[in-house]
Amino acid sequence: MEALYEQNQTDVNEAKADGRAELIPSIKLRHCCLLRNQRCLTAYLYDRLLRIRALRWEYGSVLPANVRFHMCAEEVQWFTHYKKSLASFMRSLGGGEGLDITQDMKPPKSLYIEVRCLKDHGEFEIDDGTVILLKKNSQHFLPRWKCEQLIRQGVLEHVMS
Amino acid sequence: MMDALSDDGSDVNQDDTQEDVMTPAELIAKLEEAWLNEKFSPELQENKSEVVECVMEQLSHMEENLQRVKKGDAKASIHRMEIDRIRFVLSSYLRSRLQKIEKFFPHILEREKSRGEGAPSLLSPEEFAFAKEYYANTETYLKAVALKRMPPNLQTVDMLKAVPEPCLDSFVFLRVKERQENILVEPEADDQREYVVDLEEGSQHLMRYRTIAPLVSSGAVQLI
Repeated sequence: MEALYEQNQTDVNEAKADGRAELIPSIKLRHCCLLRNQRCLTAYLYDRLLRIRALRWEYGSVLPANVRFHMCAEEVQWFTHYKKSLASFMRSLGGGEGLDITQDMKPPKSLYIEVRCLKDHGEFEIDDGTVILLKKNSQHFLPRWKCEQLIRQGVLEHVMS
Repeated sequence: MMDALSDDGSDVNQDDTQEDVMTPAELIAKLEEAWLNEKFSPELQENKSEVVECVMEQLSHMEENLQRVKKGDAKASIHRMEIDRIRFVLSSYLRSRLQKIEKFFPHILEREKSRGEGAPSLLSPEEFAFAKEYYANTETYLKAVALKRMPPNLQTVDMLKAVPEPCLDSFVFLRVKERQENILVEPEADDQREYVVDLEEGSQHLMRYRTIAPLVSSGAVQLI
């Protein structure tokens, strides 16, 4: 893009100084190429931003390491700002009480669901105080709202039989 | 079912900004209407923050009541399901709005800027702050990564032109709640002519959103 621009600049200066009007079409052509390059670049970068945004909704606030590896420093910064904006918006809902809208992604079908543990997660406490040990391949019958986050992270798997 | 839980009277249902008192059933019906309209329309609908606030108050009231009911009671699980369902509808409504704000952010911010004094706001104050932050964040990112390395006359991007506008000509299903007469339907192709339809109450139609957009905001039709 720089090369194109420099060529254009020399031509523009020449055209203005010497009044050589026949350079104008080539100037216009290079300008169009420059605009197109700008559009392509911005489109690519914007698409990456949209995918990073989708990651926040899928994975939560902390991104897995292999995903972060593919992001450049400015993208990580964008992600941090987006996280903060979203968090302050959610906190301010309903007159200061807050509602986590990244939960409840699907309409609730039943209160308790059967889940199987995919990896060791340690101890997990549910509402009435009982503690469940989440070992790999163990199956449990747990309240749905407690499991949603873990299902999305890949720790638990919903068993539908 | 909700009336059985909120048995301390109608004081929790009172909406301070409105004159009439809404029962919980009416409040939830209003939330569902707003939710469906937001889901199926291509552009952002008017802001309904009073409904959101009332529903959140209602939810916390129901949660409190649920704590007082003894555990293991069959009624408790039914009430729990109801709380979950309402919370899902509310979350889905807010998510829809947020997605549209993110998708069309320059146009929405422009509309807010140029809206008149008395006209109702499209965004709640929190959504407005979110939209502005999103705009600034995206602009900073694009500048830092690409635009500052470009030639001097190309260092800005006109967001209004770069981000696509909502497609108001998409077709939507609707049910008519109040009878409408003489709705003008614009021609789609050059060989068609514009014509006038009457919408009977209770009838269902499939039309272009642009034709009935004002009716959705006034509540005369419901998108389905």
